[in-house]
Amino acid sequence: MTADPLLEVKNLRLSVRTDEGVAQILDHVELTVARGQITGVVGESGCGKSTLARAVLGIFPKAARIESGEIRFEGQDLLALSDADMTRLVRGRRIGFIPQDPYLALNPVFKIGAQLLAAMRWHAAQPTSEAARRAELVGLLRRVQLPEPEAVLERYPHQFSGGQRQRLLIAGALAARPALLIADEPTTALDVTTQLEILKLLQALTQEFGVSMVFVTHDFGVVAELCDVTTVMYAGQTVETGPTGAVLAAPRHPYTQALIACHPDRAAALIGIPGQVPSPLAPPPGCRFAPRCPTAADVCRRRRSRLVADAPAHGVNCRLADERLAARQAGVDA
Amino acid sequence: MLGFVVRRLILVIPSLAGLLVLTFFLIRVVPADPAAALAGENATPAQIAEIRHQYGFDQPLLVQFGVYLAQVARLDFGESAYSRRPVSVDIKQRLPATLELTLAALIFATALGIPLGTLAAVYHNRWPDTVLRILSVGGVAIAAFWFAIELQLVFAMDLGWLPLRGRLSPGLAPPALVTGFYLIDSLITGRLDAFGDALRHLILPAFTLSLGGLATITRFTRAGVLDTLQKDFVTYERAQGFPAGPLIWKFVLRNSVVAAITQIGLLFGGLIAGAVVVETIFDWPGIGFYTVQAILTADTKVMLAITLLIGVIYAIVNILVDVVNGLIDPRLREND
Amino acid sequence: MLILVKFAKDKPAVLGAAIVLAVVAMAILAPLIAPYPGDVAASHLLQRLKPPSPEHPFGTDNLGRDILSRVILGARGALMIALLVVGISMAIGVPLGLIAGYQQGWLSQTIMRVTDIFLAVPQLILALALAQLMGPSLESAMLALTLTYWPFFTRIVYAETRRLAAALFIDALQCIGAGAPRILFLHILPNAISPIIVRATIGMGFTILVAAVLGFLGMGATPPDPDWGLAIAESRQYLPEAWWFSTFPGLAIFLTVLGFNLLGDGLRDIVDPRLRRSR
Repeated sequence: MTADPLLEVKNLRLSVRTDEGVAQILDHVELTVARGQITGVVGESGCGKSTLARAVLGIFPKAARIESGEIRFEGQDLLALSDADMTRLVRGRRIGFIPQDPYLALNPVFKIGAQLLAAMRWHAAQPTSEAARRAELVGLLRRVQLPEPEAVLERYPHQFSGGQRQRLLIAGALAARPALLIADEPTTALDVTTQLEILKLLQALTQEFGVSMVFVTHDFGVVAELCDVTTVMYAGQTVETGPTGAVLAAPRHPYTQALIACHPDRAAALIGIPGQVPSPLAPPPGCRFAPRCPTAADVCRRRRSRLVADAPAHGVNCRLADERLAARQAGVDA
Repeated sequence: MLGFVVRRLILVIPSLAGLLVLTFFLIRVVPADPAAALAGENATPAQIAEIRHQYGFDQPLLVQFGVYLAQVARLDFGESAYSRRPVSVDIKQRLPATLELTLAALIFATALGIPLGTLAAVYHNRWPDTVLRILSVGGVAIAAFWFAIELQLVFAMDLGWLPLRGRLSPGLAPPALVTGFYLIDSLITGRLDAFGDALRHLILPAFTLSLGGLATITRFTRAGVLDTLQKDFVTYERAQGFPAGPLIWKFVLRNSVVAAITQIGLLFGGLIAGAVVVETIFDWPGIGFYTVQAILTADTKVMLAITLLIGVIYAIVNILVDVVNGLIDPRLREND
Repeated sequence: MLILVKFAKDKPAVLGAAIVLAVVAMAILAPLIAPYPGDVAASHLLQRLKPPSPEHPFGTDNLGRDILSRVILGARGALMIALLVVGISMAIGVPLGLIAGYQQGWLSQTIMRVTDIFLAVPQLILALALAQLMGPSLESAMLALTLTYWPFFTRIVYAETRRLAAALFIDALQCIGAGAPRILFLHILPNAISPIIVRATIGMGFTILVAAVLGFLGMGATPPDPDWGLAIAESRQYLPEAWWFSTFPGLAIFLTVLGFNLLGDGLRDIVDPRLRRSR
């Protein structure tokens, strides 16, 4: 990376107190987003990808605790900020959020204009007039391809379709011109045709507004379409990260390899990975994929979760990567 | 919005029609001798015959119903056996007193109950919430008549800060009659002395009457806000950096009050019943006490008029509740 | 037992249960624990209107009777009225609800319309009307209260029965030839018990409150009953000097009703998980 990364999550550990005990949801998770980059975070349900995305914004359930780690955004450690400061300075302003379910994310009893303009007023960098904000919002609505933007402001959320609401949410996220967008599975609740439209829209807008994005999804197809960099997660650990093309065409972590091989587009028959995802209440020590991994060894159970640079800009969380790196070092020295 | 209001008004008509038919049957058809029932216990045969002719009991049923409707339209309910005055005059004189009391209680309960309920929800499971929950349950458990007496004891008798009974101090002339609401009339006619005095007289009775409602509104608002706080859009608004104040008091609250407002409508009915007790204790010249007298003296004409009146008030209150809820939550206005 | 543990965590509910137990104990043991049990009827005019003191912790009333004793003895009357009213309301309302919920035809509709009508009548007004017809007495008050409370039971039993009647196991029972009464009482009723118990508990508190109002208005208990509402009515003319005369009976009413309400709320929370989210 030539410039400083926009967002750097390092060694993040997050646990949640439940009735059945303490669940280790995130274990030494790492994530990096460079300026102007779209980073996909992909994994099965329950792997912690949404939790990670929301943790960046400081939004997590009351029973959750950040045990250790660092979230550096624009050079500042967000974990050191108070909730009030996060609200004032970061949320909605420097980081925009695009939620998963457009049917539930908008406030049903307020007009669209009332909701979106309120946020704009709070996050305005300099004092602006109501009329100026309205004009800007109308322009944004046009940019997300919503017809008759003036009329849209006067309507209520329930009068719009899922795809239209998602466009509204995207406009809302961009309104304060943030540096980073966090999109938490924004297309999962939409039908396939609409999904494609929204993806194309996001792609165009990130270019036009010069904004980086963290895109959480469980769908490799989406990642292939949209993301520059892909980070794969499994059971609360980051297992692989690298340029999307490389990760998809030549995955270097056993889990990613198995996942790609099983993908319906690649596999001849419907196969799965033997075994089950471990419960965060009783996670396996060390590498959480080890119990299901065909190349597991004793050292896997003791290995602390961390990404190792296995190839240029390609990090892999595996003892195999450690060994490959060690071999290369030895080869270099020799 | 206008269409919504009109539709609601139209829905009222069948209930009111039903009420008119029901009361007609009760008064005319059920008693063996309806004329005697209307005349009251101490009527002479001559008076009974007079009434029989006046009300047309010798006519076919349908004609009688027509006569009845005409009477209701004219607000002619006859004369009260107890007060010897036309019932409509009695009611007109006493209704504003009860309405003023009931509305004051309602306004107080709402103005205090909604913020308290919201605070209880925001501080969920911490001490403010526990305290407010116990107070809510307590508020419903207090016997209004006892509380009224205790209030009189402390504030009127011991401390002497507030008057003991009535709507105005004995020496003071009431403001000129415009609406019958002393507070409004005294402001309109520039009688600030009457305003202050009437307000002081209103405090204890209105507070007593408001307790049950205050407790209920607090509870329902709390439940509504707790419910809303679980919703996705609240998480989204937090993620978008909505400051805590406006988030709760504007964006969350508006989603939470529909249930509480429906309760307010139901409360109004309970308040009329509660007014009976409060008016008795504070010597408040309203229709609550008037109704009790009518029942105890079997004054059927008054009972009939009061029943119709209460039916109409209920209908109006229900419409208002629906309209207010429709204003708050646009989804409620849509399909009927 | 898990239920008891959950219940124990809910402090207001435990407080309610404690209060109710205390009041019940007081009622049962009344003649034994009241310092002057004879004061149900006796009068000692020399001791009139004495303020609280070691011999009379709650003071004495206008006939010199010990108020503490009369409050304790009054618990009996209050609980008895409440038990009778709630019990008879259940006896009427529950079967009606079962029938209305299980049948589909005109019988069901008729029962529910009648229920609606009774629900629309304000309790106090009906009680006063009955008092006028029958002459004011404890019996007329109880009749009025019962007549206005049974619809609450019918409503909830109707809702539960409708819900359960649609369940598969009822079809199965019908297939093996189980008769309607058997299905209703052996299978549906046990499943509907919980909301009934909650409603009954809250109903106890509510009945005590309304009975007190009636006693106060002279439409219920008559002198020399140690009825709490009646005592407050009698106390009015001696205020503000004899403040203890109205305060202690009133506190008794308040605490008893509070206890039943807290208990009922606590029961509702463990019984109906849907409603628990408002905790």
